[in-house]
Amino acid sequence: MKTTLSAFILILALVSSGAQAQNVDPLQVRSWASACANCHGTAGVAQPGMESLAGNNKDELLKKMLDFKSGKKPATIMHQLSKGYTDEQLAALAAYFASQRK
Amino acid sequence: MIKRRQFVHGAGALGAFGPLALMAGCATNASGGGPKVVVVGGGYGGATAAKYVRLWSDYGIDVTLIEPNSSFISCPISNLVIGGTKTLADITAPYDNLTRRHGVRIVQDMVTRIDSDKRIVMLARGDELPYDRLILSPGVDFMWESLPGMAKEGAKDKVLHSWKAGAQTVALRKQLEAMPDGGVYALSIPLAPYRCPPGPYERACQVAHYFSKAKPKSKVLILDANDDVTSKGPLFKKAWKDRYDGIVEYRPKHKAVDVDANTNTLKFEFNDDVKANVLNVIPEMRAGDIAVKTGLATANKRWCEVDFLTFESIALKNVHVLGDSIQIAPAMPKSGHMANQHGKTCAAAVVALLTGKQPNSLPIYNNTCYSFVSDEDVVHVASVHRYDAEKKTMLTVPGSGGVSSAANELEGRYALAWARNIWADTLA
Repeated sequence: MKTTLSAFILILALVSSGAQAQNVDPLQVRSWASACANCHGTAGVAQPGMESLAGNNKDELLKKMLDFKSGKKPATIMHQLSKGYTDEQLAALAAYFASQRK
Repeated sequence: MIKRRQFVHGAGALGAFGPLALMAGCATNASGGGPKVVVVGGGYGGATAAKYVRLWSDYGIDVTLIEPNSSFISCPISNLVIGGTKTLADITAPYDNLTRRHGVRIVQDMVTRIDSDKRIVMLARGDELPYDRLILSPGVDFMWESLPGMAKEGAKDKVLHSWKAGAQTVALRKQLEAMPDGGVYALSIPLAPYRCPPGPYERACQVAHYFSKAKPKSKVLILDANDDVTSKGPLFKKAWKDRYDGIVEYRPKHKAVDVDANTNTLKFEFNDDVKANVLNVIPEMRAGDIAVKTGLATANKRWCEVDFLTFESIALKNVHVLGDSIQIAPAMPKSGHMANQHGKTCAAAVVALLTGKQPNSLPIYNNTCYSFVSDEDVVHVASVHRYDAEKKTMLTVPGSGGVSSAANELEGRYALAWARNIWADTLA
């Protein structure tokens, strides 16, 4: 419960502040996000067999990536990839994909 | 062999994608109009770079892609063609979406020379193309000098590498089909670094899978110049033991030094000769010929050193090098996935540089590599790479990345979804 609660607070903090994500150069975030395209499609619009990220809810995307990172959400590969990013970077990525057209 | 020249003009397709924005601050381009980028090589690196320079310049930068082949044939998944569960058509994709959707001009030709002072590339059929920035993604070429017998007439048609997907992929499959049950397929692996570290071991699995179904008395003999399996070692060894016991034999520290194609015999630095029914020799490799010829292979005259913020060559200004040709950063594999990531990092930097902006200062990207150990079960290795400003290179992020816990069918489906997505990201 405690870890769930602290994760929740962390997400709230990241989502509500938003400032850190906004401070990152949008072109830098666009390049980071393009690294996800190899599996999730250009600008997050995936081909069949993989989840699209474009236009998804920002908070849900961030929660999912943080849960992969903490190990709370099981995965084949995302638990290993999400650990390569800071929480702020994940927040910026979630905001980017949320803003893309489905 | 005469190849038809193809000049595919993208201008007609552009109207659908918004205005051709004229870019500010680009008065000094090669021949008027918008800035000009020439991309050499339409593999995972070059095709991706061509598409993303167009996308990220809002279609304001003119991009010409020079590629000798009429369509893209993927090295990833090509081992499944050798194993017989996929066809060449399954791994072939057209280039024309790059023109229709993104206005990339495609020229089917080879570059023979680069004049970096005049900023011009010369094509095999005599044309010259000016550039403001040149992006080279020429892949690898083989160091045939390390295997003198391969220079003999007919040797290269009989002893195949099949390490560039295409005609040799199909030809090796035919050799395996023609081989009698009880025969030996021998695979020679060069010292690292080479293109696609786990690729040879995946190939061994694919051939063993085919033998286990169709020719169970046959053998797969892996002759590896390296001290041990160079990627996903425990996972591959487990597959050979659990799935292909009695078929696969792995012999490390077998550095091939010559080939007798007449007798299908492989000669080694220290070990006894090996004769096989089907000999598959992957030679040592280096940066593609045009990069070496242009003086870009600054590391051991073999690989091209680049600035990892822009992929600009350390040897020549305004010339960028991507993909398997580069001197890799620590723990960075030579892979199609990585070349695609190079392509996007380079494209963003080229667009920034041609519009008077600063390139991104913190590249972060990943590598994801799936290997089929049977027709449907897969293992992966993944890593995340981040720019280190102090060391001026890409380093893996501590704590990130890893391999599969065991081969599994779910990742088999993800592997094929990965292929569909990266092909679309690169070409569509």
